[in-house]
Amino acid sequence: MADLSVKIAGIPFKNPVIAASGCYGFGLEYEDFYPLERLGGVSLKGLTLEKRPGNPPPRIAETPAGMLNSVGLQNPGVDDFLDKELPKIAGQDVVRIANIAGKTAEDYRELALRLQEAPVDLLEVNISCPNVREGGAAFGASCEGAAAVTRAVRQAARQPVIVKLSPNVTDIASIAKAVESEGADGISLINTLLGMRIDIERRRPVLHNNTGGLSGPAIFPVAVRMVWQAARAVSIPVIGLGGIASAEDAIEMMMAGASAVQVGEACFHDPYAPVKIIEGMNAWLDSHQIERISDITGTVQPW
Amino acid sequence: MKCQLCPIVSREEISGDILSLRVLCPEISAEAVPGQFAHIGVPGFSLRRPISLCEIDREKGELRLVLQARGEGTRALFALKEGDSLDLLAPLGHGFTLLSKESHAAVVGGGIGVPPLYELARYYGNNCNAILGFRCQQQMLLDTDFAACCDTIVCTDDGSWGVPGTVLPAVEALLQGCRLDILYACGPKPMLQAVRDLAVFYGVRCELSLEERMACGVGACLGCAVRIRREGQEEYLHVCKDGPVFNGADVVF
Repeated sequence: MADLSVKIAGIPFKNPVIAASGCYGFGLEYEDFYPLERLGGVSLKGLTLEKRPGNPPPRIAETPAGMLNSVGLQNPGVDDFLDKELPKIAGQDVVRIANIAGKTAEDYRELALRLQEAPVDLLEVNISCPNVREGGAAFGASCEGAAAVTRAVRQAARQPVIVKLSPNVTDIASIAKAVESEGADGISLINTLLGMRIDIERRRPVLHNNTGGLSGPAIFPVAVRMVWQAARAVSIPVIGLGGIASAEDAIEMMMAGASAVQVGEACFHDPYAPVKIIEGMNAWLDSHQIERISDITGTVQPW
Repeated sequence: MKCQLCPIVSREEISGDILSLRVLCPEISAEAVPGQFAHIGVPGFSLRRPISLCEIDREKGELRLVLQARGEGTRALFALKEGDSLDLLAPLGHGFTLLSKESHAAVVGGGIGVPPLYELARYYGNNCNAILGFRCQQQMLLDTDFAACCDTIVCTDDGSWGVPGTVLPAVEALLQGCRLDILYACGPKPMLQAVRDLAVFYGVRCELSLEERMACGVGACLGCAVRIRREGQEEYLHVCKDGPVFNGADVVF
């Protein structure tokens, strides 16, 4: 039995597998299959200050080895989350990550303030949602925007701050550096890639929002590349995600430079995916006689 | 709710694009109620396919699923043979409200919307009226199954079988002719809207089974949104967890 524990921004995780935001509700949707406590952490559904209805359907389109979504940050608002949702998982032995999104830097700051006293261990700042008209990925698309949001949250947050980066950028390393210089305690990447599908009989996009975010194994190689580039550019911890579907994928992502991983879309095909990944990582470490999972982070030897 | 590989005990191609499968899944069938669905994993495809339960046989521990080939994924399921396994995530969702068996119920189905209503016809038996609509005779399905357990009217758009035209005149005649306690419907959206409007007009309680493009099936991703009016406010609820069955009066078309 290898040591699967990791530490991100001072927060201990019993294992490096975190359920990805937007794919795991508020933590209890998969409770019939296994306890939430099996996971290292859970990044909860993205929160905004006010309730958001989300985008009109259809919101889902299948793609080769993946899917598009245009949910549009449907959520009950931070106050409702604190009153009704968070208490249900507050006592559990799992790292709780609140994922926050806003239209302005001030929104993000206000969200961090409201979460100051809440039983969440980390904030994940979503500057990369491709499905909302204002804010969202717009902040993640430039160093200035990413830096401004990070600064605003860092000033107000009690918890360590992880900034979730968008892959829809030219130079991920410079954005990673920009958020690090504003005091981010870590980064997570990648959010979904902007995509589109068209129903050729109706000559209409499949998604009512026209475009949406691509996730699933289709984006995994892009995610590995961007995690590798970002991890080399910063010294804060990196959480890697984007299409991880197996223990081997998770190990590859960690070798690229991630200290922990998130699993999202894989749950839709196999609700047990995160648990199988944890077990598979342990078995891989044992078979390679590696004692600690943290020893593989960033160990890829580039040509 | 379980996620299991379940053996197919029998298969029947009802027509070129309609497949009926019986699967052995005692734990799932023990839990299942009419109106719920199974989310079927298809090897090589990233998303599962939501298929409503057609029959729940608790004694044999079986479920019957009737599905239509709509694209490559559902078509791939036609290659499955008896003895092969079906990857089921089930039972999911919120099913139909069952009144006492003595209540007078009607079920109105259109096309592939017919199978989810079959358990209701079995439950209410002679106290149920079924009105089933199809494009044409070749696309009819389960009409003999329904006729074996309840009063059944079949309508075809092209008049090749039964009553020519849509289900609506038969639904209205039924609503005028008797006092229904509840009406259930599943089928294409225009049919559901028209049936719902008739039920509301005649003051009859109505439940609709809806569908939408879906990912997780368990309420985690919020993909399968449908617009629902509750307490005067419209909001997006989700077919997989809040539905697939909704109170007809609340559905915003």
